[in-house]
Amino acid sequence: MLGPIFETLIGGLLTGVLYSLVALGFVLIFKASGVFNFAQGAMVLFAALSLARLSEVMPFLAALALTVLIMIALAYAIEFLVLRHLVNQEGIILFMATLGVAYFLDGFGQTIWGSDIYKIDLGLPKNPVFILESVFAGGLLIDPSELIAAVICAVLVAVLAVFFQFTRVGRALRAVADDHQAAQSVGIPLDHIWLMVWAVAGIVALVAGMMWGAKLGVQFSLALVALKALPVLILGGFTSIPGAIVGGLIIGAGEKLAEVLLGPVLIRWFDLAGGGIENWFAYMLALMFLLFRPQGLFGEKIIERV
Amino acid sequence: MRASAGPDVAAGDVLLSVGGVSLSFGGVTALADVSFDIRKGEIRAIIGPNGAGKTSMLNVINGFYRPQHGRITFRGQTRATMRPYDAAHGGIARTFQNVALFRGMTALDNIMAGRTLKMHRGFLWQIIRVGPAQSEEVAHRLKVEEIIDFLEIPHIRRIPVGRLPYGLQKRVELGRALAMEPDLLLLDEPMAGMNLEEKEDMSRYIVDVNDHFGTTIALIEHDMGVVMDLSDRVVVLEYGRKIADGTPNEVKSDQKVIDAYLGVKH
Repeated sequence: MLGPIFETLIGGLLTGVLYSLVALGFVLIFKASGVFNFAQGAMVLFAALSLARLSEVMPFLAALALTVLIMIALAYAIEFLVLRHLVNQEGIILFMATLGVAYFLDGFGQTIWGSDIYKIDLGLPKNPVFILESVFAGGLLIDPSELIAAVICAVLVAVLAVFFQFTRVGRALRAVADDHQAAQSVGIPLDHIWLMVWAVAGIVALVAGMMWGAKLGVQFSLALVALKALPVLILGGFTSIPGAIVGGLIIGAGEKLAEVLLGPVLIRWFDLAGGGIENWFAYMLALMFLLFRPQGLFGEKIIERV
Repeated sequence: MRASAGPDVAAGDVLLSVGGVSLSFGGVTALADVSFDIRKGEIRAIIGPNGAGKTSMLNVINGFYRPQHGRITFRGQTRATMRPYDAAHGGIARTFQNVALFRGMTALDNIMAGRTLKMHRGFLWQIIRVGPAQSEEVAHRLKVEEIIDFLEIPHIRRIPVGRLPYGLQKRVELGRALAMEPDLLLLDEPMAGMNLEEKEDMSRYIVDVNDHFGTTIALIEHDMGVVMDLSDRVVVLEYGRKIADGTPNEVKSDQKVIDAYLGVKH
């Protein structure tokens, strides 16, 4: 009995890692500019599409390097064409701007690269392996490529956390996030900071798109994965990098476990159909958090003087 | 008026001057053809009733607003508009009317942020925290500790500023501006919302900054007593226009100023 539950748990945690990666992109931009970047999902799709199509015509590593450059160029374009003109505007206006960027990018990506389903082959071992056979009868079945994704994610997160917490640039980013005008008044160049943070978010989107793409194939629905990042953010707090990680893991594991454990209960006791729990569980959890702990698990406590 | 006031400051030593500055938002005029100068080493007050355009004037000086007409001459360089980065780079620091601190950061980190432009080592060095970057960080930290001692706030160093009482927040904000080692310090109502004791402390810091570091200060203040005590020269704005300019005594007895403050039937 315990074996399948652990298997579900591990599977859920590994999916959760991918949620975390998408959420991380949101957190980066929100921390640095106070902008809720609705375009993060579109960036994931755009990066994955670019990588998939480019790797058809060149070696994978060359395609990867070129996609990194594309994402940096995209960050520059967004900063230069959109954000620069909206300095010191209300948060809602910046949000609407990212909404526009999101839909433009969704469509534009398909205009350039096409709208079929494309493959990303990372050359990772695909066959599931059994582990811990001595502990559980029959062992636990896991997917090694997901395990590798988890490791990559962990490294990425460690680097970003150090960068934000302990460097001068990190301090400048946090300053910009807190107050644009004050940051400008001490000579922090807003445009450079924004360019950098969008570039980093673009690269995080690329990693997320690469992993999701390898798992599910690159298609339009990839952009919708971003919607799963919303409950992750509410759980973890919009400004916390560790929060994005833990939130992703909780949502990933939670929804899979709920499907397996809660489903049979609903069927047997309440005579319901019992399916589809995976689809709403994350949002339900997010709602609970909004009611009882609106700043999330790790978010900065909301202090408002009246 | 202060003992060390105006007359000994040579008229030629102008640090900053604004000439014919006009600024409007849509149809609303915030500033209309305002000209005045700030001399090196003085404390210059900008006063006027609510809505006179005082804060707009500061925002023009440090580049948040771009005036439609006029020019700004700073250290002999004339331009139509400033960019905030250039203002900061050129040595203009400021505080804000409604305290603009980095609320999530500690008092220490807030003041350290004021050192941004003084730091030279690239961020790659910074990440690995070795060699020159490490010693640079230490040097800046020493400077910041001096400021913390000067403002008598060592006990709140590690506290996120969002939790501090208003008076202390104002002091941290002054500390952040001082950390820039500015040539020109713009203070937007440094004593607003303070009690008498806090006002006296703040006045003392302002005078000390001016005396000891020779920092030129332009300040907006409502408390007339404070203005008369602190400043060398006063410029008076009303409805975006300059109506008087001179020593506190001259301004105090100016009929237009008295009318503006007491109200008069035209």
